[in-house]
Amino acid sequence: MANQDIPNQEILLDMYKKSALAKINDENARRVIMNGSLPMIYYSPRGQEIIPAAISVNLNNSDSICTIYRGMHDMVCKGIPLEKLWGEYAGKSTGTCKGKGGPMHITHPETGCMLTTGIVGSSLPIANGLALSYQIKNEKKVCVAYFGDAASNIGAFHEALNMASIWKLPVVFVCQNNRYGEHTKFEKATSVTRISDRAAAYGMPGIHVDGNDPVAMYNAAKTAIDRARNGEGPTLIEAMTFRFYGHVFGDQDGYMDKEEKAKAMAEDPLPKFRAWLIEQGYASEQVLMELEVAFDKQVKEAIASALSAPWPELDELNIDVLAAAQH
Amino acid sequence: MMESLNNQITTVEAINSALADAMTIEDGIILLGEDVADPEEGGVAGVTRGLSTRFGDSRVRSTPISEQAIVGAGIGAAMAGMRPVVEIMMMNFATVAMDMIVNHAAKLRFMSGGQTQVPLTIRMATGAGLSTAGQHADYLEAWFAHTAGIKVVTYSSPAEAYGLLQSCIFDNDPCIFIENFIAYAQKGTAPEKNSRIPLGKANIVRAGKHVTVVSYGPQVGIALAVAEKLSAEGVELEVVDLRTISPWDKATVLESVKRTGRLVINHEAVKAFGVGAEIAAVVQQELWGDLLAPVRRVGAPSCPVPYSRPLELAFMTSEADLENEIRLALK
Repeated sequence: MANQDIPNQEILLDMYKKSALAKINDENARRVIMNGSLPMIYYSPRGQEIIPAAISVNLNNSDSICTIYRGMHDMVCKGIPLEKLWGEYAGKSTGTCKGKGGPMHITHPETGCMLTTGIVGSSLPIANGLALSYQIKNEKKVCVAYFGDAASNIGAFHEALNMASIWKLPVVFVCQNNRYGEHTKFEKATSVTRISDRAAAYGMPGIHVDGNDPVAMYNAAKTAIDRARNGEGPTLIEAMTFRFYGHVFGDQDGYMDKEEKAKAMAEDPLPKFRAWLIEQGYASEQVLMELEVAFDKQVKEAIASALSAPWPELDELNIDVLAAAQH
Repeated sequence: MMESLNNQITTVEAINSALADAMTIEDGIILLGEDVADPEEGGVAGVTRGLSTRFGDSRVRSTPISEQAIVGAGIGAAMAGMRPVVEIMMMNFATVAMDMIVNHAAKLRFMSGGQTQVPLTIRMATGAGLSTAGQHADYLEAWFAHTAGIKVVTYSSPAEAYGLLQSCIFDNDPCIFIENFIAYAQKGTAPEKNSRIPLGKANIVRAGKHVTVVSYGPQVGIALAVAEKLSAEGVELEVVDLRTISPWDKATVLESVKRTGRLVINHEAVKAFGVGAEIAAVVQQELWGDLLAPVRRVGAPSCPVPYSRPLELAFMTSEADLENEIRLALK
């Protein structure tokens, strides 16, 4: 754990709850895909949960996030209701998007989950727009754009960071550097050793942080979010992490360095965080276990509800394409 | 900018007034685009001149040359409840923002199951005839019309520009509003303040009984000129201004062609795979028994817009091209 200011017990437990729920949700997602009860396209964020947990405890419900296809953990940490999330995974009428978006386009504005994009880099320019609206209306709200390391190589990243900087938008760019862009190693595709160094090119602070360290990640998140909320402009956070289950779940990850992967999985941030909380006296084994059991039950109930929910009516093909007539 | 609404005004003045009048009514309307603010002279054609001075630097922002970021900012602000109007200086520059337009603006309402919407207007100007060649003059409306979830609108006079742009701004869907560089200087009767022309509704600008000509944008003027000429010969053209290219007003077009029995579609865009092909296909399917001649189309050849003046003139659709197709339809 980083030698920095440690957040209070309430915040630490909130972070653990968020990240544990995301982990348990992911375990269940992989389970229902593997057992055939819910086949779906799925990009597992397992291993990256501490990052959005630390971000989300610094956000209000009215703050927003724009995330990407590997963004389940981001939305669970932001508070998206599990039943609606699973309804959408199952393509059912009870889903967040009535089954019309699916795993890569989960949206839930009530909890600030404004966008999930399947296009690398495209969360950033749109996050700017939400932040622009907050700035013009003087709402003191913040938008977080989540993306991976590979997105820092696409043009949208450059355009978005430049614009956010010149306009001092209340946006935080959170790069979850999980070491691979699709099947390609970070080093092979990226011209810098640290993506956070790129912040200098846009005249904004760049924070390089161990995204698997709850205390370090909390402090990075707080610094950047406070800065955005106070009108001081955007920050680029590069949170170092690792994804445990390949690009798309089911790929054989033959492109990954086996030793690197084994080492990263042995250092799974969730059990580490859990052990530290107990060791430091923030929570008992009993309390955490009860939480985890309750989360697993909640997730399984959400899955059962999604699987038995009705499919969308076929006339949904003609609904929400354009607005209902207004003129 | 306008001295009096009763005067003749240019298209630039009409668009400027539509923006100003809309911004006066609703605070959520913001303008983003390259050079749109007054220190940058209100855009390369001066369309937004005076607006940043009047409405402030917060609402009218000159942007970097970053089309993805411009459209992305418009999308996000629209999702947050504003009604942004973004300017893509030239229609060809939309190519570098296609992900934002096609994958996001057009689809977010559907993909979110109606939870989010993008009431965004994207203005873009184009048109051959100014020797700007292959990357500054294309009519690309068919690309956008081919994408579900976005409206495509253009106009044939200053008053139409005013009323249709106002409707785009207050519409809850993303709208592509196509402007024409040459027609910026065109003059016409000033519109009534805050008059809106409904989207999705075509306009029969000239009634006739022999041939229906469906057109949009400055091409409507060409159709009217040909109609005038042929009228002297006793051939009466019915000229339909589509106004909204997508979704297009099938009812008005079908009703007209059912009466005349003949249809010629006229657009500046390349003919192959163009908007005219869709209209022709629908009309032939719906009115097969009523048609007196095959549906004909006028459009540019499958060639990038050329530079050299004789080549450019040959590339552009003309009154002669339209007249020729009409005569073939009448054979």
